[in-house]
Amino acid sequence: MTTTADKLDLTSLPPAINVDPERERMLREAEKSLPLEYQAGWHDDVKPVFTTGKGLSRETVETISKMKGEPEWMTTVRLKAYDHFLERPMPNWGADLGQIDFEDIHYYLKPAEQQGKTWDDVPKDIKETFDKLGIPEAERSFLAGVSAQYESEVVYHSVLEEVAKQGVIFTDMDSGLREHPEIVKRYFGTVIPYKDNKFAALNTAVWSGGSFVYVPKGVHVAIPLQAYFRINAKNAGQFERTLIIAEEGSYVHYIEGCTAPVWSSDSLHSAVVELIAMKGATIRYTTVQNWSNNVYNIVTKRAVAYEDATVAWIDGNLGSKVTMKYPAVYLLGPRAKAEIVSAAFANNGQVQDAGGKVWHCAPETTSTITSKSVTKGTGKAEFRGWLKIYKGCTDSVSTMRCDAMLLDKQCYSGTTPKIEVDEERVALGHEATVSKVGEEELFYLMSRGLTEGDAMTQIVNGFIEPFTKELPMEYAVELNRLIQLQMDAAVG
Amino acid sequence: MTATAAAPQAGSGPRDAVPTLQVEDLRVAIDGREILHGIDLRVSKGEVHAILGPNGSGKSTLAYALMGSPRYEVTAGSVTFKGEDLLAMGTDERARAGLFLAFQYPTSIPGVQMGNFLRLAVKSRFGDAAVKGFRRELAEKLRVLKMDDSYMRRYLNEGFSGGEKKKAEILQMAMLKPEVAIMDETDSGLDVDAFRVVADGVNAMRGPEMGIVVITHYNRMLEYIKPDFVHVLIGGKIVKEGGPDLAQEVDRHGYQPILEELRAKGVEIELPEEAGATYGDREESEERRDPFRSHGRTAI
Repeated sequence: MTTTADKLDLTSLPPAINVDPERERMLREAEKSLPLEYQAGWHDDVKPVFTTGKGLSRETVETISKMKGEPEWMTTVRLKAYDHFLERPMPNWGADLGQIDFEDIHYYLKPAEQQGKTWDDVPKDIKETFDKLGIPEAERSFLAGVSAQYESEVVYHSVLEEVAKQGVIFTDMDSGLREHPEIVKRYFGTVIPYKDNKFAALNTAVWSGGSFVYVPKGVHVAIPLQAYFRINAKNAGQFERTLIIAEEGSYVHYIEGCTAPVWSSDSLHSAVVELIAMKGATIRYTTVQNWSNNVYNIVTKRAVAYEDATVAWIDGNLGSKVTMKYPAVYLLGPRAKAEIVSAAFANNGQVQDAGGKVWHCAPETTSTITSKSVTKGTGKAEFRGWLKIYKGCTDSVSTMRCDAMLLDKQCYSGTTPKIEVDEERVALGHEATVSKVGEEELFYLMSRGLTEGDAMTQIVNGFIEPFTKELPMEYAVELNRLIQLQMDAAVG
Repeated sequence: MTATAAAPQAGSGPRDAVPTLQVEDLRVAIDGREILHGIDLRVSKGEVHAILGPNGSGKSTLAYALMGSPRYEVTAGSVTFKGEDLLAMGTDERARAGLFLAFQYPTSIPGVQMGNFLRLAVKSRFGDAAVKGFRRELAEKLRVLKMDDSYMRRYLNEGFSGGEKKKAEILQMAMLKPEVAIMDETDSGLDVDAFRVVADGVNAMRGPEMGIVVITHYNRMLEYIKPDFVHVLIGGKIVKEGGPDLAQEVDRHGYQPILEELRAKGVEIELPEEAGATYGDREESEERRDPFRSHGRTAI
């Protein structure tokens, strides 16, 4: 369905699909008895060198800032954010976050005294952890700079010389603040101020690690910059903070991958990612997350795109107990482009509440939001899309598409699109589909000798292919393999 | 066009003691309604059988039931494939054992690339080792079917034209080398050129290692793929069997004489409605489109 705004009938948009209060109640029940099955569910004996202990207080925030030797302005921002976090109520929409106990979480862990400069400097047990993570071989050779966050601190960091030679800064956020305070001060919190939401406030108060990327004017970073994050301490909160600035006419692709071991009590991952694409710049930000199914994954991702700039969020979410993530792009200059492609797989008892948000604030801007969700068992997927086109943003074009696939009778999928258009001269498309793995498709594939499991996997992988094709090869392969694991369990 | 094949009557003559596919008194129902009222069929490797019949006579039902579609319920009878109980096998097991169905309306699977799918299918049927010669063999089959290499990167049947879909079915058949292949209305929805390519493709596969069952309601297909045996299926029963001559007889006079003959014998046939309730009835208009009507018989 494509229509122009003057003809657009907002009431004709599909309402939330398949909402059933009884099912909601059953889901809550199911969540309480989450099975702790997770293939990467191991834990290394890495002793944190320093921790603030459990719980959050003004003192915790001050200690974190002091431990890091931060400038005063950062301490001030942290404390303001902390105050706001206390004042701000929990979001009353979206997934149920009632089980998060903020007093039962470690907010700061420091595993090693020194940050590793080369691979040799990295402690052996941590290297073993990376081995188990199975960082793909291609990636090792590509290591444009592994900035792998272990616990809350980056322990290994190396930037390929050619990238550094181009003037590109790729470092962890703590080092970024130490070594480039003027850039960080200028941009930190400009896209996502701490008042953005409760979890952005929490992150701002206690952030640690994350990546800092600065790409100078006109520089094309040929190889993707990659980072791995994982949670590996009981109740470790992961509050990384990432800031990427692409100067005029530059290009950068940043890839973030996540795996996490399993723990019996709830874990919280609450990151903030800010992207700034200057005139004519392009930023691609690719995420494949596979948190263990006890993690609350609540991430705020926002980007600004100036004149002729392009921002693409490629966001894949498997695992976690609850994911809430709606990457956003503010199109601030003429002809700026936003592309948000997301895929979510909600397995038994998991909630994937995801989507995308684009605000058109300039004429001739373009956006596409594509969401693919697969739900299995008692899994639940909710798509939230928010499209806003301000008055005067003439000749803007936007397409929102959300496709859901249900693998079982009892799974849930809903869509909540919000479309606000104040300008008439725009073109707008919105489409939502819900499908089941059809008998006909299964029969066709099985008539060629594929087992039911293989046939299901083919259909599901095919369904999310529009997402997978956006990924670098190794990630696409890994994602397909992960889905196969999920499907194997599905068919039993 | 001359019919030259020595045409023994079905069920008699020099045939295997145990045929590859043996169907006995097969009764099949959809949603509790019986469609096939007792079918007998014996197909051995090396033979080509044609099943002729008007729309809605149960031809596709037979094809889908033999392949094990969950929509069709076998209520009575037996089917053996290479001596094994076919009805006890799942659809995928039937396929791996060497049974193949070329669909009348092949299903689209978005996002699944043809090439990857074919590789997986070949691997499922013949094991990991078979993947070794896969590329070379695929290239050869593509050439025979006049298919471009770009097919392999397209999504399975997604956005394929009618002719492309049928060619893709024949390609799968060629790669999977079934021992018995059932071709359900493979001639429907084809233009003359595609028809020739498909027919040539099937003829290239024809040989002592494969039994073929051609389901059609046009005799045209049978002029290119000459059958050894012809079965006329009407109202869920095989009402007449014979050699290739029978196909020409039906082509010339239609089914009416056969029905009259039966009536004279006191056999009542439950006639189908004009457009039959076959599996793919939502696309029945395609089935009705005779690709040769506008070209005339001489065109091919």
